[in-house]
Amino acid sequence: MLSLYLPGTSPVHRASAGLKLAALAALGIGLFLVSRVEVVAGALVVVLAVGVVGARLPGPALWAQVRPVWIWLAALFVVHLLVTGPLTGAVAVLRLLTLVLAAAVVTATTRVTALVAVVEWLARPLRLVGVRPARVGLVIAMTLRFIPLLAERAARIREAQAARGAERVRLSVLVPLVIAVLQMAHTLSEALDARGADDTPVRPVRPTAGPVGPA
Amino acid sequence: MRWARRGAATAPAETLPRTAVEVRDVTHAYGDRTVLSSVSLTLTEARVGVIGGNGSGKSTFARLLNGLVVPASGTVLVDGLDTRSRAREVRRRVGFVFQDPDAQIVHPTVAEDLAFGPTNQGVEPAEIARRVDDVLVRYGLDGHRDHPAHLLSGGQKQLLAIAGVLVMRPERIVFDEPTTLLDLANTRRVSRVIEQLEQDVVVVTHDLDLLADFDRVLVFEDGRVAADGSPAETVPWYVARMG
Repeated sequence: MLSLYLPGTSPVHRASAGLKLAALAALGIGLFLVSRVEVVAGALVVVLAVGVVGARLPGPALWAQVRPVWIWLAALFVVHLLVTGPLTGAVAVLRLLTLVLAAAVVTATTRVTALVAVVEWLARPLRLVGVRPARVGLVIAMTLRFIPLLAERAARIREAQAARGAERVRLSVLVPLVIAVLQMAHTLSEALDARGADDTPVRPVRPTAGPVGPA
Repeated sequence: MRWARRGAATAPAETLPRTAVEVRDVTHAYGDRTVLSSVSLTLTEARVGVIGGNGSGKSTFARLLNGLVVPASGTVLVDGLDTRSRAREVRRRVGFVFQDPDAQIVHPTVAEDLAFGPTNQGVEPAEIARRVDDVLVRYGLDGHRDHPAHLLSGGQKQLLAIAGVLVMRPERIVFDEPTTLLDLANTRRVSRVIEQLEQDVVVVTHDLDLLADFDRVLVFEDGRVAADGSPAETVPWYVARMG
C-alpha cells in the first residue's frame, strides 16, 4: 500500500474504492464461512483472474506481495499437517493466500487518496464525538507516507553506528531515531500549517515555550 | 548599505504596498535563548536574500514572514495583515519551502501531495487537477505523477516541495535553505527555478552565488540585522566577516 499503486485504465482500476473495499471485506468474511477446499481454491482462481486479466496487473507485482508471507503460509501448513491434517491446512493456507492477493489487487488498482476518502466516509459518525473525518484520513495518508521515510532514517542511523563500530547494538538505534522523529514531527507540523491544513489561528509562542526551534 | 538595524517603522498598515512585509521591533526567544532581538525592517523588493551563520536567527526570521512563528514581542505585517491575528490569510499569501522536503511532503504519491494545499484552500477539484497538471509538466515531474514520493531523488523532492507551494498560488514565497541538501546539479536546477518564479521571494541560504541578482540581502548576526543592502555590498562584507 505504501507504493503499490500501479496506474491503469482497466475496469478494476475504474471501479470505486468503496466497492473494492466492500468486496474485499465480503471475500474475507465469506472465506472464513466456508471450509471446502474446492470453494476456497475457486476463490483464489477468481482473484487471480481479476488481478491478471481484469486489472492487467503484472504477475511479478502480485508475487511481490506474496513473497514476504510465503514462509508463514508454509509454516502454517506444517502446523496443520501435524495437528489437524493436510486438507484443513490447505484450506487455511489457500484462504490467507487468497486474501493477500485480493488485498494486493485492491491496493494496486486504487489510489491512496481514494482509499483514504472511503475511510473518511466511514469515519463520519465519529463527528458526533468531535472527531473530524478529514483528520482521520490525513493521519492515515501521512502514516503511509512516513513509514518508508522512517525506515530510511533508521537505516541511516544504523549505518552511522556501524561505521563507528556499533554494528551489533541494534537497540541503540532507538534513541537517535526518536530524536530524529521528534525533529521531523516539529517541521511537519509547521509544513501542515504552511500548506493550510489547519484553518484556526496560531497561538502566540511565549518566550518560555521551550528549546525546540529553528535558528 | 545599512550597518545597523533600521528605525522602527511607524507607517500605518493600510499604507503598505500590496506585497510589502513589515517587521516591527520583533524579539523572539526559544526558552532562554534569544534568537531575534529588536528586528525592524520593511521588505518591498521582489528578491530578498537572507544570510548569516548558524544560529544567527535567519530561519526564525523566515518563519515570521508567513506566521509559522509568532513573535514573542513586536509585530509582523504582511500586506497589512498581522500574522498574530490573521495567520490563515497570511499563509494564503506567503508560501514556505522548507530545507528538508521530506518533512514537507505529506502524501504518499506525487500528484496526491500536490493536491493537498489547494484542497485545504477549498479550490474546486477541476481547478486543482489543472494546477497539478501544470506544475507536473513545468518541473518535469509528469512522469512521476503516481510514483511514491519517497522514491524521488533529492532534487525531485525539492522540486515537488516547491511545486506543492506554487499550486497554492501564493504572492510571495519564503525559502529556508532550499539547496542545502542538494548536489551541485540539483542546486543549479533549484536555483534556476527560484530565479524564474513570478512571485516575490525571500531566500534564506548559504549559497552566496544564488544571491548575485537579488535586489536586497540581509545579513543576520546574533539575532540582529548586521548588514542590509545590495548583494554587491553585503556579500563581500559577510564573506570577510566569516574569515
